[in-house]
Amino acid sequence: MTRWLALAALSALCSTALAIDSGAAFPDAERQARYDHLTSQLRCLVCQNQSIADSNAGLAADLRREVQEMIAAGKSDTEIKSFLTARYGDFVLYDPPLTARTVLLWAAPALLVLITVGAATRVILRRSRTPFGPDPDEPG
Amino acid sequence: MIPELGTLSLIIALLLSAAQSFFGLAGAHRNRLSWMQVVTPAVAGVWVFVALSFGILTYSFITNDFSVGYVAGNSNSALPLVYRIAAVWGAHEGSLLLWILILSTWALLVAGLSSSLPVAFRARVLGVLGLIGLGFMSFTLLTSSPFTRLLPAAADGADLNPILQDPALAIHPPMLYMGYVGTSVAFSFAVAAMLAGRIDAGWARWTRPWTVAAWMCLTCGIALGSWWAYYELGWGGWWFWDAVENASFMPWLASTALIHSLAVTEKRGLFRSWTLLLAIFAFSLSLLGTFLVRSGILVSVHSFASDPARGLYILALLMFFIVGSLTLYAFRAPSLKGGGGFELVSRESFLLLNNALLVAAALLILVGTLWPLAMDAFNLGKISVGPPYFNMVFLVPALPLVMLLGIGMHAGWKRASLQTFRRKLLAIAGVAGVLALATALIGFGSFGVPLTVLGFAAGCFVMGSALIEPVQQWRRGQGLPRAALGMAIAHFGVGMFVIGVTGVASYKIEKDVGLAAGDSATVAGYTFKFLGTQPVSGPNYEAIEGRVAVSRGATPVTELATQKRTYRVQQNPMTHAGIDVAWNRDLFVALGDELGADKWSLRLQYKPLVRYIWLGALVAAIGGLVAILDRRYRVRRTTAVPAAAPGSASTVA
Amino acid sequence: MWRHFAPAAAFLALGGLFAFALMRIGQGRLDVHEIRSPLLGRPAPTFVLPSVTDPSRLVDTKALAGRMYVVNVWGTWCGGCREEHSALMAIAHSTTVPIIGIDWKDDGQQARLYLAQLGNPYQQVAADRDGRVAIDWGVYGAPETFLVSSSGVVLEKQVGPLSEALWAEKFGRYLQGEGGS
Repeated sequence: MTRWLALAALSALCSTALAIDSGAAFPDAERQARYDHLTSQLRCLVCQNQSIADSNAGLAADLRREVQEMIAAGKSDTEIKSFLTARYGDFVLYDPPLTARTVLLWAAPALLVLITVGAATRVILRRSRTPFGPDPDEPG
Repeated sequence: MIPELGTLSLIIALLLSAAQSFFGLAGAHRNRLSWMQVVTPAVAGVWVFVALSFGILTYSFITNDFSVGYVAGNSNSALPLVYRIAAVWGAHEGSLLLWILILSTWALLVAGLSSSLPVAFRARVLGVLGLIGLGFMSFTLLTSSPFTRLLPAAADGADLNPILQDPALAIHPPMLYMGYVGTSVAFSFAVAAMLAGRIDAGWARWTRPWTVAAWMCLTCGIALGSWWAYYELGWGGWWFWDAVENASFMPWLASTALIHSLAVTEKRGLFRSWTLLLAIFAFSLSLLGTFLVRSGILVSVHSFASDPARGLYILALLMFFIVGSLTLYAFRAPSLKGGGGFELVSRESFLLLNNALLVAAALLILVGTLWPLAMDAFNLGKISVGPPYFNMVFLVPALPLVMLLGIGMHAGWKRASLQTFRRKLLAIAGVAGVLALATALIGFGSFGVPLTVLGFAAGCFVMGSALIEPVQQWRRGQGLPRAALGMAIAHFGVGMFVIGVTGVASYKIEKDVGLAAGDSATVAGYTFKFLGTQPVSGPNYEAIEGRVAVSRGATPVTELATQKRTYRVQQNPMTHAGIDVAWNRDLFVALGDELGADKWSLRLQYKPLVRYIWLGALVAAIGGLVAILDRRYRVRRTTAVPAAAPGSASTVA
Repeated sequence: MWRHFAPAAAFLALGGLFAFALMRIGQGRLDVHEIRSPLLGRPAPTFVLPSVTDPSRLVDTKALAGRMYVVNVWGTWCGGCREEHSALMAIAHSTTVPIIGIDWKDDGQQARLYLAQLGNPYQQVAADRDGRVAIDWGVYGAPETFLVSSSGVVLEKQVGPLSEALWAEKFGRYLQGEGGS
């Protein structure tokens, strides 16, 4: 029971108000674009399933500030991401990193399409060698 | 006293459901007409008592009966009447009752509109529907009764979650549930056919309009939800790949596949076991969605407050229906071999590829949604699978699907004579390419992101291709059969959707600015002048309203109002965006925080073509409606149904 | 024949996964909302922050080197912190392991008032006004409690309100020979 209460307390910190920065984070479009992209790909840990760009939790604002400062300090996207995963784990990345445990996840799209389209093609090839045969009776 | 009557009528409905399923299934099995004749009155009775129960809960909300725990938890005396009614389905218990009401409504419709079906088949269909109702009513009564009393009664209620206080949300869940639950009809037809051992073209023809009807509701429901998230959550996004959204999207993909596969089964008597499987899948994915949303097993922005005990009950229900029907399938499928052939290039081939890609899409969303859970459960670490993953991988099946669609529409049955359409298709492809380039370069001034031009071209091609036949028939002064017209309209809607998605993904602009009254900022050529703020007061909230005048050059465009609301009871701040809509773009303004010195942060957004996303979905749903009205579904009680017009036979899908 | 059972088997497997997950949730061994900290088993982040109780002094983790200590992240705005406060007081009394508080994104005046009213379980309380140290510790929701070994490694972490029972269950085994509990 306390677990659910704690959870309720936690989610009370999340509001549905929009997080809005006080202005552009960077004067130049290139770094601003990197900032926008990165913050939208990082998951806020308080209001689960919001990006830190959208969440107005205090932590999300702090994390946006960290990202902004790291970009300003000339850090690469990879460095910024590893800074965050060292503290919060892979959970913070909406784009799951490719590891032994996510290989199948990343291979799934191609595999699934290959399997389903492959199966369909097999049926099509087989049917293309079959005579048309009669159509089912008209409605009656 | 009144709420107890609600429980009582739900119990009566449960007993009647038991009668409905017993007499339906056993009556058909033993071939006892007198048993089967009990089914229709039972269906009507179930509906009456479920509706009564639902009405009583609504009454408790309207009269602010805070001695009912569910009412106290989700309403408030200051809540406007319309939201007190919408609050009935604002949380788990009440929305489950809505689920049941909609299920019994579908059953009532099936009972009322299927008098042309063989008696035993109809009894079985209604019997299966009764069994589903039985499962969900017992679930509600045992774990989630909305009528449980709160002792002592609360002085006032905790209010409805502010994000749910919105007109679109009043209709979104009912619409979505109509779709979700509607898949149970196709499922029941499939199970009834398997029980009878008679799986034929007739079965496919009976199933089709029900499937299309459910699909239509699901399409509208999902689109409404997306539209609501767009303006109500204030973020300006239209799809977040949240677990709850995925839960509704998977059955949509499966139903879409089912509609197309039913076409082949009806017309050619082929793919019968595959169609059966899809009918089961569509309903299974609906149930799976219900489970995921209500069990608390996934982390999502808008899942219900949930607990594992409920999860276990739904899981048991889920497994009973899915594994039960799939086992039945395993016994029936081997006898469904045979049937005729078709050539490599034929409508059958295109539809089968369509099915393969749609099913791959549904499965990959399933994998992406459940992967974090699986890793977490086996202690392999916590990861997130979010929009960056889904946006990328969804293109793998979606791109070829859209490409094939434009051509496949014109393929004839058995042997496609694309020759007749080749010139037209090439011409349309050429025009689509030029239009796409023009839209990108002249309309938006850049090539956008990779795939922008391809996206526009594919959208234009599909739209143009969908128009070929209607235009041709219209020129000849002939009408198109409703089914063919519906198909053309629906596919035209798909094209619109593709264009909307491409436009907004390629050219949207978002800008956070800090403005004092009188300051302005420019986004995409529009000047946003902040006019300042003033306090306003709503029925159950206080708000700060910011006003923004928008102009383009010297021409004023509009004046937008955006609010930051604080609801009195829940004290949750909420952003209410100001949106200006035009045919080619939305302008979206949201108020942020006060930065001091009368300066406010604002988010300004330019969303080109975003309306076509929902408009496309709406047009697709209208296409479905037109198709249902085809005469071959309307003919009843006649022994000889006229065959479809000769010219149309090859075009109906 | 058997291949037709494949769909049923696939869904059965899926159901198995769900049942397993629900079972573990029921046993309290799986919490979909909890994020396992990557800091566990790693060196604890160091920090130097002004003290809440005496803003002229600094709280420095270097001074704790060679000792086992507890870090508790809290704030006056946080309901769960208020809830666990009495447990924290009791724990502070019963163990010799020092509890270092990190007052997270808070107002110093209010924090002092809070500690004066409810008692101060902390050996030292650091003010993390802008939340940077909390980020280093991977904090996402107060209250959070960490146990750091004498060699400076993070041993255990608790997210959410602490109780004495929870303390004994989760942290007790590390405290043998530390004159604890």
